[in-house]
Amino acid sequence: MKDDFIIDKIKFKSRLIVGTGKYKSFQQTANAIKASGADMVTVAVRRVNITNKKEPTLMDYIDPKKITYLPNTAGCFNSRDALRTLRLAREMGGWKLVKLEVLGDKKTLYPNMIETIKSTEVLVKEGFKVMVYCTDDLVMAKKLEDVGASSIMPLAAPIGSGLGIQNKINIKIIKEQSKVPVIVDAGVGEASDATIAMELGCDGVLINTAIAEANNPALMAEAMKFAVIAGRKSYLAGRMKKKTFGVASSPKKNLI
Amino acid sequence: MNNLKKIKIQLNGKKHRIKMGYNLKDLLKILKKDNNKVAIELNGEIADKKKYNKIFLKKNDKIEIVQFIGGG
Repeated sequence: MKDDFIIDKIKFKSRLIVGTGKYKSFQQTANAIKASGADMVTVAVRRVNITNKKEPTLMDYIDPKKITYLPNTAGCFNSRDALRTLRLAREMGGWKLVKLEVLGDKKTLYPNMIETIKSTEVLVKEGFKVMVYCTDDLVMAKKLEDVGASSIMPLAAPIGSGLGIQNKINIKIIKEQSKVPVIVDAGVGEASDATIAMELGCDGVLINTAIAEANNPALMAEAMKFAVIAGRKSYLAGRMKKKTFGVASSPKKNLI
Repeated sequence: MNNLKKIKIQLNGKKHRIKMGYNLKDLLKILKKDNNKVAIELNGEIADKKKYNKIFLKKNDKIEIVQFIGGG
């Protein structure tokens, strides 16, 4: 069954997108990415280390020619900083596909949707393809699509919380109303959360902390890979109808 | 070499002294940074990668050199 995952005309093999933060080493990051089967990873933009001239870089371990780098604006609390970060990211390697995330609250890391929508509008006009981290608010999600977001990325729960999907109904509605891909971003804690996201009909899942902070990140990455595949197939297969009472699976006829 | 005049610049938020007449390409060379792995902001404006060898540093220039690191 043909089931391509396409974001703004770019085809990806995996519906699992993996973040590259919080790992103990670049080697551990590379091992986890490989095990996850992801062909898109999020990366942050930061100052280079001027004092340590031989410091290894992420690109030494994850080849951007083989794995799509999705630059993010993590840590930005206003539109100005987010735009600055992504313009620098574009200059770095010509990346037009970016992840926008404008935070509004330091404690919960909840997105500031006013700044997020404003930034999306500007970035789209500048030719960026913007995947947008957002609240699970269906009105905001629609607004983002209207201003040209390439994909809508509602949170399942706060970033790094591992709480799983807190509002399944909203995620489902957002998916049903959107013409662009919907990717659950943030809050996934274990493999079953990723499966649920996919069973709700989402096009993909973005996971970082659940993999990086697992006791065995590469093994969890592999679990997430299968969880996303399982959830997708389950969604496409179409679940049975729920019933209140038991319905026997074996025929009643010819009982001994 | 020591006779050459040095100018003060601000590099990634810190004061830095650099020889006069250096351009952005020279700066990356002394910092041992790969042109293809970084982006440079000069006084708040993004510097065009293709013009690094034509952009010469001036006194009090504010330079930010960034790269991709691990992030979620």
